[in-house]
Amino acid sequence: MGTAPASRDVTSYGMGLAAPLALFFLFFFVAPLVQLFWLSLHNDTAGLHWGLGQYIHFLTDPFSLSVLGSTLLLGAEVTAVCLVLGFPIAWLYQRVGPRLQTIIILIVLLPLLTSVVVRTFAWIVILGRQGIINATLQSLGIIDTPLKLLYTQFGVVIALAQVQMPLMILPLITALGRIDSNLDDASCSLGAGSWRTFFRVVLPLSLPGVIAGCTLTYAAAITAFITQSLVGGGQMLFMPMYLYQQASTLQNWPFASAISIIFLLAVLAVVSVFTTLGRLSRGYGGA
Amino acid sequence: MAGRKRTLEAFSFELVMTLVAIIALILIIAPSLVVLIVSFTSGFSLRFPPPGYSLRWYAELWDAWQLHFAAKNSLIVALWATGLSVVLGVAAALAISRSQALSARLLDSLFMSPLVLPALAFGLAALMLFSLVGLPVSPLTLVIGHTVVCVPYVVRNTVAALAQLEPTLLESSAVLGASRLYTFRRIVLPLIRPGIIAGAFIAFMSSFDNVPVSLFLRDAATDMLPIRMWQDLEGKLDVTIAALSSVLIIATVVLVAVMERVTGLSRRLTN
Repeated sequence: MGTAPASRDVTSYGMGLAAPLALFFLFFFVAPLVQLFWLSLHNDTAGLHWGLGQYIHFLTDPFSLSVLGSTLLLGAEVTAVCLVLGFPIAWLYQRVGPRLQTIIILIVLLPLLTSVVVRTFAWIVILGRQGIINATLQSLGIIDTPLKLLYTQFGVVIALAQVQMPLMILPLITALGRIDSNLDDASCSLGAGSWRTFFRVVLPLSLPGVIAGCTLTYAAAITAFITQSLVGGGQMLFMPMYLYQQASTLQNWPFASAISIIFLLAVLAVVSVFTTLGRLSRGYGGA
Repeated sequence: MAGRKRTLEAFSFELVMTLVAIIALILIIAPSLVVLIVSFTSGFSLRFPPPGYSLRWYAELWDAWQLHFAAKNSLIVALWATGLSVVLGVAAALAISRSQALSARLLDSLFMSPLVLPALAFGLAALMLFSLVGLPVSPLTLVIGHTVVCVPYVVRNTVAALAQLEPTLLESSAVLGASRLYTFRRIVLPLIRPGIIAGAFIAFMSSFDNVPVSLFLRDAATDMLPIRMWQDLEGKLDVTIAALSSVLIIATVVLVAVMERVTGLSRRLTN
């Protein structure tokens, strides 16, 4: 390594350094997805007969469509719960001193880095027939027989909300931290109350964070295979488990490929809707 | 009168927000605490509160060779995947971080895309490709699959650290006659090291915890810990899993505390 020629920009590195990762992605990320798409366009397992049979099968099958629908709905419910519960945490974070801030951020971060199986397992303990909720309600005499909480939509939504909450809170904290607190004071001194200031000033200005948080939470919630299957049980089927059953148990790779592609497109559609909203909201927030 | 109404209104707002925030914080932390408490039960079920306390399930865990085997596999794969992610990811981050070229933007999106795409679909796709080229499922295929889904964390954190770097430092170093390699070793690397470590840490944790990719790319010989735990839970609710979960929770708490010291992890994740 001699000294660099004076004409060369010393503050940046050549694109060649990205080549190893680019090649790695080409072979092990892009190629598999292309192969997945290719196989989904075949009517037989061997991949000899071209056709849209797999897609037609999915899109005309009420069962498949209901699985897709309930997965997308689940994502929306989890995202809504995360937003309603997560926003006050981000709000509180901006109002407290540095010591409490560290405590809040660590409480939020820990679940994010704890194993998903562990977090889900905790919900089985809480929601089960002998779990905390049933034990408490029974000892208080509110119920006689244990409530069915595990293997219900309610259980899945609440467990997923807890598991994915950090993904909502982190962007919200970032967004709220960027809002000029003078705007808050200005709104109040001009006669708007706290609630009004919140809904008319703080919430609109934090929209980029809300949208970033919703995107991450939604994408994570609908693909959260472990939590869906353990808390949902056998009766509730969502797209990831449907895909896994078709691929692994039934060895129907072309149909599993088509499910994957449809699922991928659904995720991409949701992400791009959120991204577009994000772009619009940045224009709004900057105004 | 108006002032009093104002304070009451402000009070109601702060009360509601603070209460919801506290409930939400309890909701976030409670499950981990519940697992920690239940793992010390002396009984055979996950009843809460436990009928008595003992360390028996930790003794069971000590003898659970299947879990040990799976944990060892997970650890080895996570270490290799993290190492590979750091080598490939840091090099790529150096190339794309300061470039405004379209190719750099496109590569950035490509390298980040495993974060949004359903990992299960990628797992299936990788399995089909490996079986097409005749590569049997092995620790190698697991490391490759894990690297794809873990490298984005290294790239993102390294790019963020490089963005904070003052270009004038590099210019001064070059003017003073240092070679690019010397400048990289003595100036760039020390300044971005916390970012790389933070990215590597998150990559390691997400590999160790990965289910969707491992599900397709492992076999009986390469049993992975999260999958072993998941399958145990599908079958029966074993209290040994509670003991193992507690060990993992404590390990995570310790690692996060160390990382917070070394890299200022929480600051990196909120900026």
